[in-house]
Amino acid sequence: MLDAVTITVTVTALLLAVWCAYAAYRDEPTNDWHFIGMAVVTLAALVQLVVGLVQLGQGDRPDHGTATFVGYLVGAACTVPLAAIMSLTERSRWGSAIVAAGGVVLAVLELRLHEIWGAGNG
Amino acid sequence: MAEESTADGTEDTAMARQQTPPQAPAAAEAAAPAPAAQSGGARIGQGPGRLLLWFYGVFTVAALSRSIVQISTKFSDARLAYLLSLAAGIVYAVITVALWRGGGQARKVALVACSAELLGVIGVGVLTLADSSAFPDQTVWSDFGYGYVFLPVILPVMGLLWLRKAGAELRGAEAA
Repeated sequence: MLDAVTITVTVTALLLAVWCAYAAYRDEPTNDWHFIGMAVVTLAALVQLVVGLVQLGQGDRPDHGTATFVGYLVGAACTVPLAAIMSLTERSRWGSAIVAAGGVVLAVLELRLHEIWGAGNG
Repeated sequence: MAEESTADGTEDTAMARQQTPPQAPAAAEAAAPAPAAQSGGARIGQGPGRLLLWFYGVFTVAALSRSIVQISTKFSDARLAYLLSLAAGIVYAVITVALWRGGGQARKVALVACSAELLGVIGVGVLTLADSSAFPDQTVWSDFGYGYVFLPVILPVMGLLWLRKAGAELRGAEAA
């Protein structure tokens, strides 16, 4: 279950990154559609946070530390909303670049989350 | 913090708009959320600087939380490495705050911090390649930031280039 959510978050985050990088390339600030995209990615990350906590509650333990795991879960859930706020305060191509960077950062966090959780667990 | 910068730069904003017509549309557009941010010196955190601010913010959180977890759970394993990660986190925090606040003074602080960051990442990079026994565990700056897609070595270079450019614009605005 966690793996499925992690893949979903990673893919949507990378799509968001490409989309916003294209907007930055075209010298456009983020628009309403981008923010809907950010909301979708954030929702996926929030679902992941809940699923991760439920798995912990059921007694599953990550391979590389529970505190680190929870830290990454929370960090992943905060990344895109913070990028969204930053892009609201920077209404230029650079605001789009921030969201693109946020999507890439989130994808990296997902990779680390996967490693921390460990291959042995579902 | 946004309110604080409003107090700092309200007068400058009106002047900046009159003096630098090319900036005016951007200033007007950005005026709604953060009217003060367009005053001369504050610009180090705008445009490309805002992207740098975002990266430095992420790295501050990453380096500080990482070193705090490592120092509190397994400090004796690799004291030097964990203290270096902590130092890196503090340098990132200083740059983040400087970019956020803006102004000539903050630009100088950011210049010094970015230089320290560049020296740190190069120094630690050379050390980790030359004598890996000194670092039994990775730091943010190990192997020139390899573990962080080399961003630790790219960021200070971008930061210094940007601060230099923003400084030239700042002086231009003051001279006008």
